[in-house]
Amino acid sequence: MQPRSLETEELTDRLTTALLELDRNAARACFQHGALEPLAFSETVLAAALERIGDRWERGELALSQVYMSGRIAEDLLDDILPPQDLPVTSHPALAIAVLDDFHPLGKRIVSSVVRASGFRLTDYGLIGVDDLVQRARRDGIEILLISTLMYPAALRVRELRVRLDRDMPGTRLVVGGAPFRLHPNLWREVGADATSTTAAGVIPLLRRLIAEPS
Amino acid sequence: MNEMTPLERVLCTLGHREPDRVPFFLLLTMHGARELGIGIREYYSTPELVVEGQLRLRKRYGHDCLYGFLYAALESEAWGGETAFRDDGPPNALAPCITDIRKIPHLEVPRITEAPGLKKVLEVLAGLKARAKGEVPIIGTVMSPFSLPVLQLGFERYLELIYREPELFCELMRLNTEFCVAWANAQLAAGATAICYFDPLSSPEMTPASDYPRLGGAVARATLSRIQGPTATHLASGRLGSILDEVAGTGTAALGVSSREDLSALKKSFSGRLAILGNLNGLEMCGWSPEQAAGEVRRALSAGAPGGGFILSDNHGEIPWQVPDRVLEAISETVRRWGRYPIAPEVLPDA
Ligand code: B12
Repeated sequence: MQPRSLETEELTDRLTTALLELDRNAARACFQHGALEPLAFSETVLAAALERIGDRWERGELALSQVYMSGRIAEDLLDDILPPQDLPVTSHPALAIAVLDDFHPLGKRIVSSVVRASGFRLTDYGLIGVDDLVQRARRDGIEILLISTLMYPAALRVRELRVRLDRDMPGTRLVVGGAPFRLHPNLWREVGADATSTTAAGVIPLLRRLIAEPS
Repeated sequence: MNEMTPLERVLCTLGHREPDRVPFFLLLTMHGARELGIGIREYYSTPELVVEGQLRLRKRYGHDCLYGFLYAALESEAWGGETAFRDDGPPNALAPCITDIRKIPHLEVPRITEAPGLKKVLEVLAGLKARAKGEVPIIGTVMSPFSLPVLQLGFERYLELIYREPELFCELMRLNTEFCVAWANAQLAAGATAICYFDPLSSPEMTPASDYPRLGGAVARATLSRIQGPTATHLASGRLGSILDEVAGTGTAALGVSSREDLSALKKSFSGRLAILGNLNGLEMCGWSPEQAAGEVRRALSAGAPGGGFILSDNHGEIPWQVPDRVLEAISETVRRWGRYPIAPEVLPDA
C-alpha cells in the first residue's frame, strides 16, 4: 500500500462523489488524472472511496441502494483499468466468498464488488451449504473465507462451518457479515467467526489485518 | 382503572392517551407450530392450525393481539413465485417470479380469491375473528407495493429498475398498488382489525431519504388512502432516519421502529402524531436470559410508554423461531408488572 498523500485524499473525495453520482466518466477521469498504477489506484483510492461510502451508510447518511449502485460503478471501473487477468497472481492468501444456506445474494454481491475493486482476487462459491463449501474451499486451498447471510438460522450455520473448518482445514480464517450480524453485534463471536464488519467496505481493513497476522 | 380489553387498550393508546397498562404485541408466527408440536411447513399448510396456534400463544402470554401473518413469500407465490421451507426459520421466496422486466406492462394483478396462499390467510383471519369475540385486535399484513418487488425481481434487479427504468418501475408500482389495496381490503373484510404495512425499502437505510417523497412515500400515500381500515407502517427494523414528517403524512396511525434507534428521542419527535410500535431487538432476544429480557422491557417502557401512544413489541414484526419461551414469558410478566399506568419512575432498572 502507498502512503496517503494530500493528492490521494483529494482524488478519493472526487471519486466518492463520482461513484455516488453514478458518473462513470468522472470516475474514470479520477484514475486518469491520478497518475497511479491501476493496482495502487484500486488499493488506495478506490478502496478508500468505497470505505467512506460504507461508513456513511452505517451512520445512516446514505442508503443501501447507493452503496450497491456505487459498488457496481467501481467494479466496472476496475474491470476497465485492471481486467481480472491482469491482477498479480498471488500477492495475498487465497480468498473466497459464499452465501451460506441462504437465498439472498445481494450482500455477497456488494462485498465482492468492494473486495475486487480493492485489488484482491476472490473466488465466488455462490449460494452453498456447509458440506459443499468445505469441500470446495479445501480443494482451492482457501485461507480466508467470507460468509454472507441474511436469515438468522443461516447465520447460525456458521457454527457448524467453524467446526468443520477446524477439523478439515485448520487455520482457515472466517469473516462473516450480513443483516443478522449487523443487528446482533455479538453474534459473530457466538458462532465462532474470526471477524465481522457491519459494512461491506469494512472488510478491506479487516482483510489487510488478517493477511498481516499469521493464522 | 378497570381492566380494559386488549382492543380498548390498543385503541386508547392509538388515541395517544394512557390506557390501564401498556399494550404489547408479541408478533409470534412460527412459535404456533412449536406450541402444537408440529413442523413449520405443516403448520402453515392448514389455516385451522394457525388459528389454534395463535389462540394458544395468546392464552400463554396474554399479549394484546392476534397475528394473521404467515410469511412474506405468500405474496410472491400469488405472482407465480415458489417458496422454500426450513425447519428452523421462516420460509423464503425462491427464484424471482418476474424473470423479464420487459414483461411488466403485460403482467396481470393476481386475484386474491384465486391465490391459494392468500386464501389461507383469509381463512386464518376469519377463524380468529370467530373466536376472538371482538375483544382482541387481529392484525393483517401486507408487503408494501414498493417493497414487494425485492421478492418479485430479486434485490439487485429491483434497484436497477428503480434507478434505470423509471417507466417500468412506475408501471410495477401501479400494478402492485392495485394488488396491495385489494389484498389489504380482503383481509379487513375477512376479520382483520388493522393492517400492518411492511415497507422496509422506504427506510433511509435502503433507499435515500431524499427519494422517499417521490418513491416509497408516494406509493404509501396512494395505497394507504385506499385501505378501508386503520394501518400501521413497519420498517421491519430498518431505521427511520429523517423521514418522520413524510411518513406521518401518509395517513398511517403507528410506526414500527428499529432497535437501533433511540426510543426516547423518537418519542419526543413523534409528539403525538404517530403511535410507536417497538422496539425490542428480536435477534438479540434469541440469547437473552429472562433477567435481560426484563431489563430491556423496562428500558423500553421507560422511554416509550409515558403519555400513551406506545405498543411494546419487537423491532421487526416477527419474533425469531429461536427465541425461547422463558424469554417471552419474562417479557409478558414484565409488562404486566411495570407497564401499569401511570408508569412508575422505578421502571428503569438502574434508577
Ligand atoms: C428489506 C427487508 C425485507 C424485504 C426484502 C427482503 C429480501 N432481501 O429479500 C421484505 C419486506 C420482502 C422482507 C421479507 C422478509 N424478511 Co426481511 N428485512 C429486510 C431488511 C430491512 C433489509 C434486508 C436486506 O436485504 N438488506 C440488504 C443486504 C445487502 O444488507 P445486509 O445483509 O445488511 O448487508 C450489508 C452488510 O451487512 C454487509 N455484508 C453483507 N454480507 C457480508 C459479508 C461479509 C463477510 C461482510 C464483512 C459484510 C457483509 O454488506 C452489505 C452492504 O453494506 C432487514 C433488516 C435490516 N435492517 O437489515 C430485514 C430482515 C433481513 N428480514 C428478516 C426476515 C425474517 C424476513 C422474512 C423471512 C419474514 C417472513 N417471515 O416472511 C421475509 C423473507 C422474504 C424472502 N426473501 O422470502 C430478518 C432476518 C433475520 C431473521 N430474523 O431471521 C431481518 C434481518 C429483520 C430482523 N431484524 O430480524 N424483508
